[in-house]
Amino acid sequence: MSEVKTVLKASDISIVFGGLRAVSNFSCELKANELVGLIGPNGAGKTTVFNMLSGVYRPTEGQISFWDRKDMVKVINKASPAAHNKIGIARTFQNIRLFSKMTVADNVRVALHTSRVVNPFDVLLRTPRFFKDEERMTGEVEQLLDLFKILDKKDELAKNLPYGEQRKLEIVRALASKPQLLLLDEPAAGMNPQETEELMRLIAFIREKFNLTILLIEHDMRLVMGICERIIVLDYGRIIAEGKPEEIQSNPQVIKAYLGEEAVNA
Amino acid sequence: MKNKNLRNMLILGACSLIVVFAVGMLINFDIIDAYTAQILTLAGINAIMALSVNIICGITGQLSLGQAGFMAIGAYSTIFIANSGVPLPVSIILAGIVTAFFGFLIGFPTLKLEGDYLAIVTLGFGEIIRVVFVNLKKYTGGPNGKQFPTIMTLNPAIAYMVIIGVLVLLIILIQNFIRSTYGRAILAVRDDEIAANSSGISIFRYKMIGFVIASFVAGIGGALYAPFIGFIKPDMASFNKSIDYLIFVVLGGMGSTTGSILASFVLTSLQEFLRFLQNYRLLFYPVILMLVMHFRPQGLLGTKEFSFIKTWEDFPCWKDKILGTLKIKKSEKKGGAE
Repeated sequence: MSEVKTVLKASDISIVFGGLRAVSNFSCELKANELVGLIGPNGAGKTTVFNMLSGVYRPTEGQISFWDRKDMVKVINKASPAAHNKIGIARTFQNIRLFSKMTVADNVRVALHTSRVVNPFDVLLRTPRFFKDEERMTGEVEQLLDLFKILDKKDELAKNLPYGEQRKLEIVRALASKPQLLLLDEPAAGMNPQETEELMRLIAFIREKFNLTILLIEHDMRLVMGICERIIVLDYGRIIAEGKPEEIQSNPQVIKAYLGEEAVNA
Repeated sequence: MKNKNLRNMLILGACSLIVVFAVGMLINFDIIDAYTAQILTLAGINAIMALSVNIICGITGQLSLGQAGFMAIGAYSTIFIANSGVPLPVSIILAGIVTAFFGFLIGFPTLKLEGDYLAIVTLGFGEIIRVVFVNLKKYTGGPNGKQFPTIMTLNPAIAYMVIIGVLVLLIILIQNFIRSTYGRAILAVRDDEIAANSSGISIFRYKMIGFVIASFVAGIGGALYAPFIGFIKPDMASFNKSIDYLIFVVLGGMGSTTGSILASFVLTSLQEFLRFLQNYRLLFYPVILMLVMHFRPQGLLGTKEFSFIKTWEDFPCWKDKILGTLKIKKSEKKGGAE
């Protein structure tokens, strides 16, 4: 069997805010079609790692490489979030960030902007190319919304959707840019057990259907242990453990980080 | 689909022609008197300025208090360009481009700022423009201003048709732009910068596009104002003027092109109609503003737009609707009688 393609490789990335070393020497390698979980106690630096991987922060040290659709290696530690999106890294946010005053369909269409074929001239004069491109976008948007069963709400304002569907819409928007790597920042935050269950199925479905790599941050252990193939545990900005869910569950260092010293000795 | 596009274009074309040429002819044959024509044309200029402010404040989501400065640049540059031998129509367009370039230069350092900071910087910019024009006496005539009589100054019908024609053209182009993938990108940046950036949209670039377009439109506004009034002075770049244009947009509804234009026509004519109140009209105007802001803080139209095409499509339904309400009323009456 041939070796599985690597999608992203972070080597020894660190970030310093003032005097605080929020993440130090974080390294990881994500393979194609892998589902990896990033966990850790509050303030461990999970979201900071995400922000570095998606370009919101620039790492102070270290290097992030990404293998794009054509299998070309790109060093992306200094690229902007927009550039990350263009090469195939899409993300969602811990506190939902939708374009609240736009419709559901338009929220997804925004993500299709990078795939446009029109130029400003087509747009100003409404050439046939403009109509054709808009039609293509409408088709893609409706297909995606249909897949996630929110097509009937396409003309509603995003802010009027119920919480769970707002989360869903954010994932749809991320998928619209056809990423290779999807970063989900606490997708189950604020959901009840039943909704979390549904979300687990949804994430598994996305990975199958879109054939992409997913890295997710999550506090809900049931979700993480249930679907992740590999888990990275972060504490105080350092990786303290990495491995399969079963290994992580019995790792004394992880238990210590989550429950304290006494729990390990007990 | 194609037939529908053609039909829509015909509807819009017909409406534009009526607004521009039919009214223009009425002015030409003195059915609408020169005074009213003057007010309408001035309202047209104000509407162009309101369009410009709406692009910055409503669509791009930045607060600019220096649009009058851009207008002044447009006005003075038309005069320079036209005086150096370029035909007037070409110099109007060139003046717009010159202003857009200034917008680009100003935008570079300022668009990285947010909200209040940008407002203060643009405010300063407007004042700088005014002071520069006051002091460059050799070219601008200093505080006494500059004469620029043209055919538009003398013939109200031509002035009306040119200015309202340009207004209609600008509305069409701007609406085309906003309702495209570029427009959605700009709106996305307004709604949530971080999410827009992570969706592949460069924040700075799209803010800049919005800012440059708005400067261009303001430049065209100024470039039409100079030949229409025939006289300009540096005071047109003052802070008060910028606030006036901002008021049109806030009152009409930020983000609504229809609202901005409607408000500029209504408010410009209102100031004239209220002349019989003499100086009390200056009291009346702010009272209206306060009432609107109190009862409809999102502006008269909010973010809604009026659509000629939709009105046309709904036309057959109107009859049913009117009949329907009549029937309801009748049955209500009956119900009340019983």
